[in-house]
Amino acid sequence: MSDHQEAAVHHVHRDDLGAKMGMWLFLFTEVLLFGGMFLVYAVYRYQYPDQFHFAAMELNTTVGTLNTIILLTSSLTVALSITALQKGNKFLSMMMIVITLLFAVMFMVNKYFEWSTKFSHGIYPGSPELLNRPNGQILFFGLYYVMTGLHGLHVLAGMILLSLMLLFIKRNKITSDDYVKLENSGLYWHLVDLIWIFLFPLFYLIQ
Amino acid sequence: MSGNEKHHSTGYGIYIVVWLALLAFTSITVTIAGVSLGRYTLFIALLIAAIKSALVINIFMHIKFEEKIFKVFLALSGFTLVIIFLLTFFDFIYR
Repeated sequence: MSDHQEAAVHHVHRDDLGAKMGMWLFLFTEVLLFGGMFLVYAVYRYQYPDQFHFAAMELNTTVGTLNTIILLTSSLTVALSITALQKGNKFLSMMMIVITLLFAVMFMVNKYFEWSTKFSHGIYPGSPELLNRPNGQILFFGLYYVMTGLHGLHVLAGMILLSLMLLFIKRNKITSDDYVKLENSGLYWHLVDLIWIFLFPLFYLIQ
Repeated sequence: MSGNEKHHSTGYGIYIVVWLALLAFTSITVTIAGVSLGRYTLFIALLIAAIKSALVINIFMHIKFEEKIFKVFLALSGFTLVIIFLLTFFDFIYR
C-alpha cells in the first residue's frame, strides 16, 4: 500500500497534447476576432476602392516593411528557442527569447513613431482633419487604428507571456522534457506574426 | 513517459530556411506592389500572404508534424471563416 501511495505521489498529471489542443482552440477564437475585422475591411474596401487606395498612400511602406521583417525574424527566434530547449541547451533557449523580446520592443517603438507621425499630421480617430475627408478615408484610418492597435496589444501580451516563459526556464519550471508552456507561448507569438502577414499588404501595400 | 515519438523535434536548419523564404516572399510582395497590375494586385498580394501563412503554420507552428485532429481543427476554422466571408459578400453585393 505504501508503494501505491508513493506511486501516486510521484505521478505527475500531464497532458501535453490536451494543452496544445486547448491553445489551438483559443487561437481559433483569435482568428475569428480578427476575421470579423478583416470582414469589415473587405466590405468597405469593396465599397470605397479609390478612397482606400488614396488613404493608404499616406502610410509609410518602409516602416511597414521593417516591422514585417522584425516580426518574421522574431518568429524564427521563438521557434529556435524551443528547438534549443529540446536539445537541452538552456542558455541558447533563453538567449533566443531575450532576442525575441528585443525584436518585439523594436516593433512597438516603430509603431509608436509611426502613430505619432500620423497624430502630428492631424490624422487620428475623430480628428477634425480626418472628419473633413470623404467617408472611405475615415473608414480606412479607423480600421487602420483599430486593427493595428489590437495587433499591437497582442504583441504586448505576447511580450508578457514570453517574459514569464523566460523566468520559468531560468527556474527550471520549463525543462527539456516538459516544455509545452513554451510551445504554446510560441504558438501565440506565431499567430501575432500571422495576423501581421495579412495586415501588412492590406494596409501598407495598396498602390 | 518521455514520449519521444510524439514530440517531433525540428532542427535549426529548417527554421532558418523557412525564415529566408518568408523574407524572400516579403521582398517579392513589396516589389510587386510598386508595379501596376490593375485588378490582380490585390489577388497577388493575398496569394503571397497565404503562402507565407502556410509556411508559418506548417513549420513554425508545427502543424505539419502534429496529429490529424489539429489539421481537422484548422480546416474547420478556415472553412468557417470562408463561409462567413462568402455569405456576407452575397448579402452585400446582391442587396
